[in-house]
Amino acid sequence: MSEPRDQIREHARRLLDEGKVEVIIGYEKGSVPLQSTPCFVRDADNVERLIWDSTCGPNLAKYLFDREGKTGIVAKACDARSIVVGIVENQIEREDVVVIGVPCEGVIDLKKIDAVLDGKEILEASMDNDKVSVKGDGFEQILSKKEFLCDSCISCRHRNPPVYDILAGDELEETKESDEFEEISKLEAKSPEERWNHFSKELGKCIRCYACRNVCPLCYCKECFVDETMPSWCGKTTDLSDTMTYHIIRALHIAGRCVDCGACSRACPEDIDLRALTKKVEKIVRELYDYEPGLSLEELPVLGIFEQDDPQEFIK
Amino acid sequence: MTSVEIKSESKKIEDMDKEWEPKVLAFLCNWCSYAGADLAGIGRIQYPPNIRVIRVPCSGRVNPFFLIKSLQCGIDGILVSGCHPGECHYVSGNLVARRRFAVLKSLMEYIGIEPGRLNFSWVSAAEGEKFSRVVSEVVKEVKALGPVKRLVKGE
Repeated sequence: MSEPRDQIREHARRLLDEGKVEVIIGYEKGSVPLQSTPCFVRDADNVERLIWDSTCGPNLAKYLFDREGKTGIVAKACDARSIVVGIVENQIEREDVVVIGVPCEGVIDLKKIDAVLDGKEILEASMDNDKVSVKGDGFEQILSKKEFLCDSCISCRHRNPPVYDILAGDELEETKESDEFEEISKLEAKSPEERWNHFSKELGKCIRCYACRNVCPLCYCKECFVDETMPSWCGKTTDLSDTMTYHIIRALHIAGRCVDCGACSRACPEDIDLRALTKKVEKIVRELYDYEPGLSLEELPVLGIFEQDDPQEFIK
Repeated sequence: MTSVEIKSESKKIEDMDKEWEPKVLAFLCNWCSYAGADLAGIGRIQYPPNIRVIRVPCSGRVNPFFLIKSLQCGIDGILVSGCHPGECHYVSGNLVARRRFAVLKSLMEYIGIEPGRLNFSWVSAAEGEKFSRVVSEVVKEVKALGPVKRLVKGE
């Protein structure tokens, strides 16, 4: 079987040639080493631009939410799950999308690599199955890819897209090596005081750039609550109270929808541990309603429905 | 009463005034808890005067924004009260709200907001007694927690 990259190109060429889609959304090599960038291929002659490797981090599902017309999309498992949520929430037409699913072993987190390089700039990089070699001015290092995967990829439970039209590459075996809620359990074990201090410090770093919101495929509201002014529920300052409100409400808005693709964490310029919130709401929803988003086209959004016997111990 | 006694009595009253009293915001469903509060009033059932009532058409109307904004503005405790499951005027408003509140409450506690700040209850229009009990409980709990500090804007 050929490489996933070649299969993606082959399928893309066929889809464009046959006129099944107007555009293929995929990844191409970025201008910076170890970074890929989204690309839109409209012409079958250009499919060679498409790539597939461990730098393909961005969640491309974002682009489907305001698109019309037939679109082909290269989707990792988490992207595919975001697409499923979009379809379930009637934001994406199933018939309009051709999902080229790619089983994914995780993408690398550039921030982690930057941290070990101690500020040295990478000028050249190459990758194979489990090694990343980086070169720069006066240094060369070979790194083990496994250690530099995104946090969300390390605890990933769904490496194969749950919904796809075409699968590029072979299905991978799902792993359950680490406890996906390990970090959350650690925080939960602390006292409320300690947790408050932790989140004050963490969310206090926020500069309200809204990169986390802008990159999130599920933040598709035409007008976000932070932009509303009449009434203005969320203050626009970087006062701790306002930033906390922003992050609490954002976490609530993606409760039962977030597929933990890690896009928000990767986008954050202040390196805020956003997964401490998103993973927590995922855990709450899992524990209370036994629900995992983005796995099935049949299930309705968990916070939009109810059962007569939902847990209600907290209600007097 | 001697003048000394009067002085000491008035001092006591003054001190009482100085004692901190919590402000509790109560979002009450028009079809049940609001009427329950009314019934408590008609029945002369006593409960602490610390609550400020906001009447809402359904507990499903209560957006988490309201609760977080209240805390930001320095409200010490919040009570949201709606109809018992199966008794919603709009059939299922309270049931959808129940899921939303469950997630909100867990998340707020996780972030470090004291559990006693956010309270939820089911009180029907016939439960004046229960309404007074719930309010007493909530006020007592909030009083024990002291004035709200976390999430207050400008603190």
